[in-house]
Amino acid sequence: MNFMTPLDLSIPSQLTIALAPDLLLMGGAMILLLWAAWRPEGVRHQRTIGTACIALIALTAVVIGWFIYRNATATQGPIAVDRFRWIADLVLLLATAGTIALSMDYNEREGMMAPEAHVLILLASSGMMLLAAARDLMVVFLGIETMSVATYVLAGMNRRSPRAAESAMKYFLLGAFSTAFLLYGMALVYGATGATNISVIGDRAVQYGLTGSPLLLTGVALMIVGFGFKVAAAPFHMWAPDVYEGAPTPITAYMAAAVKAAAFAAFLRIWYEAFTPVYPSWHNAIWWLAAVTMAVGNIVALRQRDLKRLLAYSSIAHAGYLLVALTVNSAAGSEAFLFYAFVYTIATLGSFAVVVALGEAGERSLNVDDYAGLWTVRPWLAIAMAVFMLALLGFPVFGGAGFFAKWYVLKAALQVPSPHWKLAVVLVLTSVVSAGYYLYVVMVMFMRPRLAGAVVPARSRGLTGFVIAASAVLLIALGFFPERLVRLTRGSAPLSALSVPAASSSVPLPLTRPADR
Amino acid sequence: MLAEAIFFSAVLFTIGVIGVLTRRNAIIIFMCVELMLNAVNLSFVAFARAYGVAGQIFVFFVMTVAAAEAAVGLAIIIALFRHKQTVNLQNINLLRG
Repeated sequence: MNFMTPLDLSIPSQLTIALAPDLLLMGGAMILLLWAAWRPEGVRHQRTIGTACIALIALTAVVIGWFIYRNATATQGPIAVDRFRWIADLVLLLATAGTIALSMDYNEREGMMAPEAHVLILLASSGMMLLAAARDLMVVFLGIETMSVATYVLAGMNRRSPRAAESAMKYFLLGAFSTAFLLYGMALVYGATGATNISVIGDRAVQYGLTGSPLLLTGVALMIVGFGFKVAAAPFHMWAPDVYEGAPTPITAYMAAAVKAAAFAAFLRIWYEAFTPVYPSWHNAIWWLAAVTMAVGNIVALRQRDLKRLLAYSSIAHAGYLLVALTVNSAAGSEAFLFYAFVYTIATLGSFAVVVALGEAGERSLNVDDYAGLWTVRPWLAIAMAVFMLALLGFPVFGGAGFFAKWYVLKAALQVPSPHWKLAVVLVLTSVVSAGYYLYVVMVMFMRPRLAGAVVPARSRGLTGFVIAASAVLLIALGFFPERLVRLTRGSAPLSALSVPAASSSVPLPLTRPADR
Repeated sequence: MLAEAIFFSAVLFTIGVIGVLTRRNAIIIFMCVELMLNAVNLSFVAFARAYGVAGQIFVFFVMTVAAAEAAVGLAIIIALFRHKQTVNLQNINLLRG
């Protein structure tokens, strides 16, 4: 296969090649599902399947690495073959592998023996990879649903827990509700432009002068509501803390890290490729969404004492920071987005891994006070948690790459022709507010004495410990060499329709003809 | 013809939204979500008359996915019912918020 020429996506065989990593993950997951169901449930079988899942993820990552290495390109089609997709895929696969590793330990401790749980995570991830690749509204829809339906089940995976069932129910109803909004938005955008391919939508919006079309703008607004729910941006965030609290902790990590990153990847690509021509119309909406999300997430997080809820609000706040990168709508914005998503995913995964390590069976002791004096009994765990908290805060050096993530987003926001000064100020101010709870956790761990009668937490199991250590080391290392990742993200921005010359066409869209056909 | 279909689908969608927001029974909320999805299907089919087959294909995807979602959703509702003996969301409040 000569990759010097772009893949022609209209030929089925070449489309298959462009989808190779996704197909590998999906096909592999199907086979693993059969294998999982083949033998009776048990601790060892559960671990075997989990290990096989991680091996499959590694294989998929190798295939993706090969695509990056060969610098594959493709013609316009239903899926994108570009750097943005591959890096987003790697972020998602990393989060997935971490989640499965955590689940293997967690499920064993909680007595959940079903090996299918790991495979379901893989299936959700294949939907996420589809989302990162999607360049057609149909593929976006399929990706979102593949991801969501699997995640609804995962949220309720612990069938003995009424809290997990409630969490799954809330997630399911809100998820389906938001999908309907998203879909109605897609229908109206299709109605306005006559296309489902997002680059064609962008082109047509320019060609036919649809920038003021009420149908298109209503569609965009409805899609903002839909995506707002999916990424848990305020004011559409109310479901997130409840769902995150009730779901099994590894799955919470998965929802906060991977699901959010995947939904954002599609969000960003659609807005960059299809809706850049209507930028003036949606700019204010996304601007406010970002500002309100940052403010609400951080301020409400100050009041939380349950660590899972605290991290849930922290993840809402981070959705706001990511929305800043989306508001910017420039190549730098998309690169900053990828860097941020990478760092945020690792830090979130790591902090939830610490919650898993310290949670007793049955998910007790998740209160911040239970972390008091952790430094005296489990120093390394306390140090790792401090790194994650500082990374989420964006603290230089000790927070590793977290500082650079925020720095690049700020830089992107200020380096566009019309700098977003106010948004940058909101970002910095809310980050200062977030110190109030991130540093509180660190303070409690290092400076408070251990609560009287608090049990010394057991040593974390192998895989959990590995995930924690690897995340912390990766964050710190990236903090010293952020250039490595930046170089990878450079030139990864999705195509913008604005680069298309605004040739006004005299051929009207079918819809502008008399509609009595 | 098109305008009427779009208007009708908007009305259906609004009824669905109102139902989701006002009802407290999980199954009725789920039915309202399905109503919203069908309203979307109606607009897709209507637009497909003007633009060609893409909208109709989209409808097939929506129907398939809605069926999968219903299977999972009803299973979750049953799982919750086993714990709570109710599907009324007012009585389901273990999680704060």
